[in-house]
Amino acid sequence: MALPVCKGAAVAAIKGWRPAVHAWRGLLRLLARLRRNRSHAVRAAGMLGGALAGGVAHAATLPDDRADIMYHAYDGGGLRASGPAILVRKKLGESLSLSGSYYVDMVSNASIDVVTTASPYKETRNEYNLGADYMVRDATVSVSTSHSKEPDYIAASTSVDVAQEVFGGMTTLSLGFTRGHDQVGRKDIGFFDTATHWRYRLGMTQILTPSWLASANFEAVSDDGFLGSPYRVARIFGSTVPESNPRTRTSRALQLRTVGEVTPGNAVRVDYRYFWDTWGIKAHTGELGYSRGFTDQWLVDWYARYYTQKKALFYSDDAQVETTYLSRNRQLSTYKTLTLGAKVAYTVKSVPGSYEVKLNGAYELVRYKFADFTDVRSGKAYQFDARVLQLFMTVIF
Amino acid sequence: MTTPSRPVFLRWTHGLLACLSALLLGTAAGIAAAATAVGSPAPDFTLRVLDGPNLRLQEQRGKVVLVNFWATWCGPCRKEMPHLNRIADKYRASGLVLLGINVDDDARNAADLATKLGVKFPVLFDTDKKVSKLYDLNSMPSTLVIDRNGRVRYLHRGYQDGYEDLYDKQIRDLLKE
Amino acid sequence: MLHLLLARVRVVALTGCALLLSGCGSIEPWVKPYERERLASPIMQFSRDGLADKHLEHVREVREGARGATGVQGGGCGCN
Repeated sequence: MALPVCKGAAVAAIKGWRPAVHAWRGLLRLLARLRRNRSHAVRAAGMLGGALAGGVAHAATLPDDRADIMYHAYDGGGLRASGPAILVRKKLGESLSLSGSYYVDMVSNASIDVVTTASPYKETRNEYNLGADYMVRDATVSVSTSHSKEPDYIAASTSVDVAQEVFGGMTTLSLGFTRGHDQVGRKDIGFFDTATHWRYRLGMTQILTPSWLASANFEAVSDDGFLGSPYRVARIFGSTVPESNPRTRTSRALQLRTVGEVTPGNAVRVDYRYFWDTWGIKAHTGELGYSRGFTDQWLVDWYARYYTQKKALFYSDDAQVETTYLSRNRQLSTYKTLTLGAKVAYTVKSVPGSYEVKLNGAYELVRYKFADFTDVRSGKAYQFDARVLQLFMTVIF
Repeated sequence: MTTPSRPVFLRWTHGLLACLSALLLGTAAGIAAAATAVGSPAPDFTLRVLDGPNLRLQEQRGKVVLVNFWATWCGPCRKEMPHLNRIADKYRASGLVLLGINVDDDARNAADLATKLGVKFPVLFDTDKKVSKLYDLNSMPSTLVIDRNGRVRYLHRGYQDGYEDLYDKQIRDLLKE
Repeated sequence: MLHLLLARVRVVALTGCALLLSGCGSIEPWVKPYERERLASPIMQFSRDGLADKHLEHVREVREGARGATGVQGGGCGCN
C-alpha cells in the first residue's frame, strides 16, 4: 500500500487522531443506546426535526423556504391509492430550517391478493413528518421524525443525517441513520406484534467537471420482528396456508448515478442500483432520464426505469416441498417492471430574490410482469399496468 | 432458514462509519489553499461595465475599493446585494468605490438581475473568468476590501448574516487612513 | 479473541488510511466555485421536489423487494 505521504498528512493524522476516536466512539454509543431504548427513540417524536431530505444536498446552503401542496394518485392491479399531501419548510434565523409535512393515502384495495382471498376494502393512512436542518459552516445536520398510521399498522421512525462538504466544496459526504418501530395488527384481533428497522446510509456526491456530477449511495437495512402481512396466504401442494416469513432480514443496496449537461439546457441522468439481502433477493434497477428547459418558464423531464428482481429463497408460487418459511408474496417473486415517466414544471411567476410560484405535474406508466406468480383467476403468469399521477403547486419564498 | 449475520453486518457498518468519520475529520484538518493573500497588492484588471466605459482597478488608487464577486445563480450573493447597495450609497461621498464583478456565463442574465435588484454601483462582467482566476477565488461570493494604496486588507469568503456590519466597520477604518 | 483483535486492527487500518488520504493537500479542487453555474441549474439537481420524490419512492418501495440507496430518505412506511 504505497501512498504518497505529504507533510499535511502527517500533521492531520496526528491532530485528527484523538478527536476522530472520540467522535467515532460517541457515534457507536449513540447507535447502541438507540437500539436498546426502543420506545425512547420513538418518543423522540417530541423532537422537532424533519428533513424530507431530498437527496444529497449541497451542505453549504440551507434549502429554500417553500410550501408544496400535492394531489397524488396510484392506480394499478386493482389497487387505488390517492390523496393530498402538503409540505412546509421555513428558515429560522440563518442556520436552521424547519419542515413539516402531512400525507394522506386513501386506499381502495381490490388487488389480486385481496380479491382472491377476501373482499375489497377501503382504508385511510395518515402520515406526518417533522424535520430540522441545522447548518454549521460546511456541514448540515438533519434530524427528522415520521409517524404513519392506518387502522392495522402504525409506523414511527426517527432519522439523523449529516452532510459535509469537503475538498473545496467539490465533494459532499453524507452519513445517515434511521430507526423505525412498527406496530403490526390485524383488523379482527388488533395489534399483536411489532417490527423494528435500522437503516444506515453512506453517500458521496462528487463534482467531476463544471457540467458533470456523480454520486454513490450505499444503504444497509436491518429488520427484526414481524415482517410479513397477517392477511396474506401461501400455497403448498395446491392448498393455502398462512404465510411464514423469517423474523429478521438484512439488506444492502449500492447506487451509482451521474447527471450531466450534455449541451446547454439539456441534461442526461443515468442511475444504477444493485440490491442484495439475506432472503436471497437480488435486484437491479436502471434508470435513464433526460431534462430540458423551454424558455424560462417550462422544465420537462422524461425518464425510463427498468427493475428486475430474483425471488427470495423461501418464495414459492405453489410449493412442492415443505420448508421452514414459505411465502407467496408477489413482491418477493421473480419479476420485472418497466416504467416510463414524464414531469413538467411551469413557473407561473418568478420574482428573483423574493418568491416563485410553480405548477408541476408528473405521470408514470408502469408495467409489472411476474415470472413465477400466477394469476389464480386465469392460470397464467400475472402481469398488470399501473399509473401514477402527481399534481402539485410549489411556492418558494 | 437464513439468519442475518448481525455481528458481521455490524462490523462492516462500524468499519465504514470509522472510515467516514476519520475522512471527515482529516479533511477538515487539511486546510484549503488561501486565495489572494491579505496584505499583498490587489492584481490589476480592466473589465467591461454594464452601462459605462471600461473600468480599470489601478485608476481607483487613492480611494478605498470594495470588490464583490457575485453570480445570479448564487443565493447568498443575491441576499448580499441590498446591503452592498446601502453601503455604496452611504460611503460614496467619503471616497468608497464599490465594484460588483459578475461571473455568469451569460452577461444578459446578470444585467437583468442587476436592473431588477436596483443595483446602484458599477457591475463589471468577468464572463471568461480571467479575473476570478487572477484572484484565485475559492468561494462564492468573495468580497475584498482594498485600501487607498491598492493593497488587499480584508478578504471575506461567502456571505453570512452580519457580514455587512463587518464591511461597514472595515471601510470606515480604511477611509480614516 | 483473535477475530476481535483482527476487527480492531481493521478499524485502525481503515481510519489510518482515510486520514492519510484526506490529509494529502497536493490535489487541488479542479472546479472552482465561480465555475459552478451549470451545476446550480435545476436540470442538474438529482432531486428537485422532496415531497414528490418521497411519494414516488414510497410507491416503489411498497411494491418492490428492493429498498434503500436511492438518495431519497424515508420512502417506505412498511404498511401492508
